[in-house]
Amino acid sequence: MGKVVVVTSGKGGVGKTTSTAALGAAVAKTGKKVALVDFDVGLRNLDLIMGAERRVVFDLVNVIQGTAKLSQALIRDKRLETLYLLPASQTRDKDALTEEGVEEVIGRLRQVFDYVFCDSPAGIERGAQLAMRFADEAVIVTNPEVSSVRDSDRIIGLLDARTMRAEQGEHIAKHVLVTRYDAARAARGEMLSIDDVLEILSVPLIGIIPESQDVLRASNLGAPVTLSEPINAAAKAYLEAARRLEGEDLPVVVPFERKGFLDRLLGRRAA
Amino acid sequence: MSILDLFKRRTSAPVARERLQVLLAYERRSRAQPDLVSILREEIMAVIAKHVQIDQDYLQVSMDRGETMSTLEIDIQIPNKSPVPLAMAG
Repeated sequence: MGKVVVVTSGKGGVGKTTSTAALGAAVAKTGKKVALVDFDVGLRNLDLIMGAERRVVFDLVNVIQGTAKLSQALIRDKRLETLYLLPASQTRDKDALTEEGVEEVIGRLRQVFDYVFCDSPAGIERGAQLAMRFADEAVIVTNPEVSSVRDSDRIIGLLDARTMRAEQGEHIAKHVLVTRYDAARAARGEMLSIDDVLEILSVPLIGIIPESQDVLRASNLGAPVTLSEPINAAAKAYLEAARRLEGEDLPVVVPFERKGFLDRLLGRRAA
Repeated sequence: MSILDLFKRRTSAPVARERLQVLLAYERRSRAQPDLVSILREEIMAVIAKHVQIDQDYLQVSMDRGETMSTLEIDIQIPNKSPVPLAMAG
């Protein structure tokens, strides 16, 4: 039985989709069978980040409504044969996802895949709640910024109350993934530090992704950063986070910004 | 502002941290209890419904939380066609 991991945040724009793609690809690279499921019905984007936007024929809603088979809707990644994507629908119908339908699809994916990553929509409404509903674990994507931390706290509350596991009195493993972290700004006291975020949320850390231009570059190219630029600092951080997700006991190192002498002199900020 | 303040770089992260700690302590507490405002709203609605027929939308209940005191505002609009003329405002 595979493990179901929801990637969630509450707040939009913090990097849920990017992180789903990067973590999923990182795990798939190790040979594990991975399915990425886009729950953002009406505003799907995981297909675009994965570079599969032109290969979408059927989607999650088609599978739930029975108009397509699961095997027809799953798109196999062109770079990694163990990586699959189940895109969201572009329908405007908010009730296109039913709890029973989601339960069935997740249940079937769990039988075939080692990992099922559910990319949650922003917010705390129905879509976000369905994305987390059947999860065994949660990755809470947080930016070191007040509104993001507050929304993460709200999502943690929901994970502990509204997931199937929580309702059955079971434990749901939660991990914080800090993204867009700028070590230099945090050191200058201009940005919440990792310790601040962890102390406030009191959820263990799974990784720190440094602010990096290569993440945007990977999105532009339609490739998860862990596949396209594996030696980049952000990609390395995602690869390590994926190993921790798989249970490896790997210490988290705060990413260090490498600055050349000229950068320091001119006050240029490394991206 | 003294000359010294110019050199002392004002760091905003500790402010962010403190604001979050205060806010989240409060929000977690209120999350643990059932939503007071919606309970009040439902019960007030039930009391009124015993005497006058009003639409759900005509009842507004809101809570303004202050540090030492909170205000509960209840705004009930009863259409004039209603047999019992009433006006209430909190």
